[in-house]
Amino acid sequence: MKYTLSLIVNDQAGVLTRIAGLFNRRGFNIDSITVGKTEEPGLSRMTIVVHGDKRLVEQIKKQLHKQIDVHKVIDITNEPMVARELIMIKVKATPQTLPEITNLIEPFRSTVVDVAHSTITIQATGDEDKLNAIIELLRPYGIKDLVRTGFAAIQRG
Amino acid sequence: MRAEAYQQVDNRLAEEPVYEMKSGAEMIIECLKREGVDVIFGYPGGAVIPIYDALYDSGLKHVLSRHEQGAIHAADGYARSTGKVGVVIGTSGPGATNLVTGITNAYMDSIPLVVLTGQVPTSYIGTDAFQEADITGITMPITKHNYLVQRTQDLPKILKEAFYIARSGRPGPVLIDIPKDISYDVAPFYYPESVSIPSYQPTIEPNPSQVMKVAKTIEQAKRPLILAGGGVISSGAETELLQFVEKMQIPVTTTLMGLGGFPASHPLWLGMPGMHGTVTANRAIQNADLLISLGARFDDRVTGKIERFAPKAKIVHVDIDPAEVGKIIPTQLPLVGDIKHVLVQLMKKTSPGDTIEWIEQLQQWKKEKPLRYKDSKDGIKAQYVIEQLSNYTKGDAIISTDVGQHQMWTAQYYKFEKARTLLTSGGLGTMGFGLPAAVGAQVGHPDQKVVCISGDGSIQMNIQELATIVQQKLPLKIIILNNSYLGMVRQWQQIFHDCRYSCTFMTGPDFVKLAEAYGMLGIRAVKKEEVTEVLEQGMKHNGPVIMEFMVEEEENVFPFVPPGASLDEMIEGE
Repeated sequence: MKYTLSLIVNDQAGVLTRIAGLFNRRGFNIDSITVGKTEEPGLSRMTIVVHGDKRLVEQIKKQLHKQIDVHKVIDITNEPMVARELIMIKVKATPQTLPEITNLIEPFRSTVVDVAHSTITIQATGDEDKLNAIIELLRPYGIKDLVRTGFAAIQRG
Repeated sequence: MRAEAYQQVDNRLAEEPVYEMKSGAEMIIECLKREGVDVIFGYPGGAVIPIYDALYDSGLKHVLSRHEQGAIHAADGYARSTGKVGVVIGTSGPGATNLVTGITNAYMDSIPLVVLTGQVPTSYIGTDAFQEADITGITMPITKHNYLVQRTQDLPKILKEAFYIARSGRPGPVLIDIPKDISYDVAPFYYPESVSIPSYQPTIEPNPSQVMKVAKTIEQAKRPLILAGGGVISSGAETELLQFVEKMQIPVTTTLMGLGGFPASHPLWLGMPGMHGTVTANRAIQNADLLISLGARFDDRVTGKIERFAPKAKIVHVDIDPAEVGKIIPTQLPLVGDIKHVLVQLMKKTSPGDTIEWIEQLQQWKKEKPLRYKDSKDGIKAQYVIEQLSNYTKGDAIISTDVGQHQMWTAQYYKFEKARTLLTSGGLGTMGFGLPAAVGAQVGHPDQKVVCISGDGSIQMNIQELATIVQQKLPLKIIILNNSYLGMVRQWQQIFHDCRYSCTFMTGPDFVKLAEAYGMLGIRAVKKEEVTEVLEQGMKHNGPVIMEFMVEEEENVFPFVPPGASLDEMIEGE
């Protein structure tokens, strides 16, 4: 099962290494990790998506909490939350396929961020299902490059 | 350091009156004094020259080791035997990396240390400068916390925090890496009187409703058992444990780290559990209906095969570290808090249950299956030497060990009566720990008998510390049980690899001559009849001594639960 953990940590050098190292040392695999400053100076928020069984994730949470630099560990997996990821996809495009592709991505509220003579780059944000759907739709045209930011998540309300 | 902590320092420094100016090195020494530190273990080098300069006329005692590993194990032995925070200084690069084993050792056994390392000047960091090593990076997974100091004015706050983190909650080593220019630079000295770290608030008092649940469960149990670990000792809860046990009439088994936390002479003590535990302790675990773990962490050397550990028991897991609860064994009743506080609360809420039958059963097992070995007529059995030592000291000594067969025989045959009288590397199993740990213990307890029990393999791993002992005039007693083998590995090779003794036969120096070369007394026993005489002469000698006992070469440690087997699959021995 997939778990989404939201962490409040000290915003300082070495904290990301500390957290990532902890996952590595205890044999936990990170699916995605995002870090950014919060509204409060000196604090950062990390969103970490991991998979594993319940006991493993319990242990991860406790080990994270034990770190002196970690203020809060919130498991938002089963909480009402919004999780978003941004992706950019560079797809092969010819003058013939270009309009087709732009039409195709329109319902996803994605945007074209770059057009070159043989490629088009599309930016999309959303949850996992939506992003996977876009990727699958574009795959037949030939994906040249794909970059994902990993998920940022926030509790609702 | 955290942004808000930097801010705090800056705010205070902006205040009137103006703070006294000090160099970073002077600040370090001043802070150590204010923390009540009376001895530092260390080894100088380029990056810590300013700190050693400030130390020169500071009045603080410094014990110079012969290798940084010796210094940190000594600080560790000092901490284990006194209950205070051990302090060690090493220089940058190799000085720092030589500390790594000792830091890991302290981390695994939850020993409070403050480790000060020198670092190359800030402008050189990241350039692969001479004697540069990223020690904060290296020690991230083996310290409770670590710091790289960026500004001289932050040193007092960092030191204050480091001592607090090292000793509070679940203790552990904290490392502070100090670039050379930070030690030289002069800044206003602001010393914070208290510490507050919002993200670090250890739980000391247990949850009252959880205490009630545990109390009910204890009252109903017919076959309860206490598994006491190192947490009992680091919490200082040995008196509370004794009172609790006597009131509730619950038998006790103590892990290797817990030995001394409960008196070995007490009728309710069952011995050590696990791989080389007593038959009674292991049977008690397998038959208990309630297992109360106090500050133990279910190490594989204690549990054997997890799936078949304590199959009939409800588990109460008491620990100050919530991450230990449920890590290895599913726990029905977790109780997070300081053991001492937990026992005080439990004592108030619990009435004794009916455990008479259970205790009778255990006493019978104890009688039927005592620890035993086949003594020889002329040759020396290691177990015999330890029994004789135990008879001689009657528990009134501090014993350090190295790692291997002699360590297990010490755990089995020496009767530990008091907390903090056994210093042994439990978690990491560090050969070479014993001798320097004894140095630290003797420095902390100048008037106590301190005995290092070692093997011919282990002693050679930090043998250079003999010079430290002589220089410091420490009257240490060193017992070498010499079997010409790496005995524990040889035992495994005998049992699991058909006696193929691959690379475990070992020669050593003439330890008697070696002792003399270092300027200490060396004596040796080769026959059984010489054992007590050598022991007595050595123990009475008023200076450092090596007592070498030529013990039977292929003796094994029994009982023995093979790795991965369940506690009821004990090999009891010949």
